[in-house]
Amino acid sequence: MPEISGFSFPNDVHVTWSLMIVMYPYITGFVAGSFIVTSLYHLFGRQEFKPVARLAMATSFAFLLIASLPLQLHLGQPQRGPSVMITPHFTSAMAGFGILYSFYLVILVLEVWFVWRQEIIERAKRSRGVVRAFYAVLALGTYDQSPEAVEIDHRAIQILAGIGLPAACMLHGYVGFIFGAIKANPWWSTPLMPVIFLLSAAVSGIALLVILYQVFARLGRRPVVPSAMSALASALWFFLILTITLELLELIVMAYERSESWLIISELITTRLEFSYVTVQMIVGGLIPFILLAVVVLMNRYLHERVRNTLSTVAALLCLLQVFSMRWNIVIGGQLLSKSLRGLRSPYEPEVFGREGVLMAIALMIAPFVILWAFDRVLGIEEGEGEPEDASPSEGGGAASHAPNA
Amino acid sequence: MDAKRDTSAASSPGSPCSSGTAGDGATRREFLGGALRLTGGAVVVLMGAAVAEANEKGGEAKGEAYNWEEHLYAYLIDTSKCIGCGSCVRACKNENQVPDGFYRTWIERYVVGMEETHVDSPDGGLNGFPPIQSGFVATKSFFVPKMCNHCRKTPCTQVCPVGASYRTKDGAILVDGDRCIGCGYCVQACPFGSRFLHPATHTASKCTWCYHRITKGMKPACVAVCPTGTRQFGDLKQENDPVRLAIEHDRVGILQGHLLTEPQCYYLNLDKEVR
Repeated sequence: MPEISGFSFPNDVHVTWSLMIVMYPYITGFVAGSFIVTSLYHLFGRQEFKPVARLAMATSFAFLLIASLPLQLHLGQPQRGPSVMITPHFTSAMAGFGILYSFYLVILVLEVWFVWRQEIIERAKRSRGVVRAFYAVLALGTYDQSPEAVEIDHRAIQILAGIGLPAACMLHGYVGFIFGAIKANPWWSTPLMPVIFLLSAAVSGIALLVILYQVFARLGRRPVVPSAMSALASALWFFLILTITLELLELIVMAYERSESWLIISELITTRLEFSYVTVQMIVGGLIPFILLAVVVLMNRYLHERVRNTLSTVAALLCLLQVFSMRWNIVIGGQLLSKSLRGLRSPYEPEVFGREGVLMAIALMIAPFVILWAFDRVLGIEEGEGEPEDASPSEGGGAASHAPNA
Repeated sequence: MDAKRDTSAASSPGSPCSSGTAGDGATRREFLGGALRLTGGAVVVLMGAAVAEANEKGGEAKGEAYNWEEHLYAYLIDTSKCIGCGSCVRACKNENQVPDGFYRTWIERYVVGMEETHVDSPDGGLNGFPPIQSGFVATKSFFVPKMCNHCRKTPCTQVCPVGASYRTKDGAILVDGDRCIGCGYCVQACPFGSRFLHPATHTASKCTWCYHRITKGMKPACVAVCPTGTRQFGDLKQENDPVRLAIEHDRVGILQGHLLTEPQCYYLNLDKEVR
């Protein structure tokens, strides 16, 4: 049994939402975050993001495919999980998950198809036998590569990105809403919660792309485009500033209001969450990457490419840690606090094995990269010869001229 | 309160109970009822027997006889009467097979001084309360029984993604264990800590006001065994119901009123320290 300091309602000593509920927003964060990056190019025409736009979309897709798994793994009766979608109870914030998830999945699949359509056709034409049939099915039987068709693809991508961006934001903002709308828990109950979740999703998505982009470039023996790295670093810095600001504002408002719950929340932060909140989330994951990225952004022109990439990578890794610790501190921290507001339970230690254990969480984090690898094998993440986008004069166009062998 | 009173109280809509047979005489039962009250649940079986005796009808008729639109239940707790004996917690555990470490009802002990307050609930009060040294000058102390508040505007049913948690027409908040997916959202949403995920069924579990008993005209087990009348269960649709009269005319309090959940457990003599 966990140890209790102060007084806890006797049922409050159990941590009902486990590590899987930490993983769920972490994973959907990558979905939304990387989609924001791809939208910066596809929707807002920011050419500097072109070299990572396809990678970002594939990343969003890979994470989306497993986004519902942690939830499913967490359920006490997993075989009844589909009833959330079949017989949703619409007053529940959670019932929206099925609808939002499916909607976003459809949008993303469509967008992926349009973006990779030329690639699929090229591959269908190049290959033989079963492989050809496979690509023919993927191409949905149409091999139209005329300028008009490419133009239609282009428009479709823009429209889908226009729908996809709010959908991705809704999907993740809604995760924050699940917590933010629980009035029983003062550590969760704030309208800032969906916003904080969304902004930290952008942080995690961009941070992941900073790393993935370099890994993919190295694996594919392609150069890392400096303007893309600078743009990613700037965006990461921007969203990190917003996230940390809001995370601090939430606390400052609570403290300044001297709200009923502040006494116990301040104790929660300074005792149970001292390491994961103060040290990891705020200092190691917040302050240090803030400084590193400030150097990258403000002293960009003085930095050697390798220095810039290294600083950005270190900052990105720390940002990933920051976002994970933020999810942990919200989900687990909120359950260490008793609703009696008089007591805290001892820190929660997740099981290692088992459905909701650490190994499962690690497997869940590896899975999207396996999907991404498979995606690359099947479609080729980097631009091939048949790229539908009109070739822009940016560095990105030249850098991605080499098509990987699938 | 004795067994006789419970029998009469339970006979209102008049329905039988299948649990046990009436083998004892009234006097002996009264004696046993009185003697066993402090031991909690065991007496519940005897009460059931008494009700069964009072009504001769077959088991199947009872479901049809009960009309949930004719009732609207409420619960009243007079904190000044609670002696912290834990009978209610034991009765609840026995009646509802509540797993160890989880509570459908529990008792909190408050030891209050001018500067400090000590609150505890060892094992939910299941075994009563051992004496404590507060370490400060206590100016008052009291017990507060807690349970699901069966709120009219409850967040727990609101957040259930499949509608497995629901409010009955007679005012009880129940969980359909065959539909519950075990997501735990309701557990998080309950401000009173009244819900838990059952470790065996992996579905949400909570106080039902002993719905299987009240629909047979009996009292919830915790009310039936309370030796001091701290816990009272009533029907707001009965004009002369003591609980209704208390809510109507006395100064009753509720827990966490600022959350606007409209609890249907009302408290008499609620102290400011109680949340």
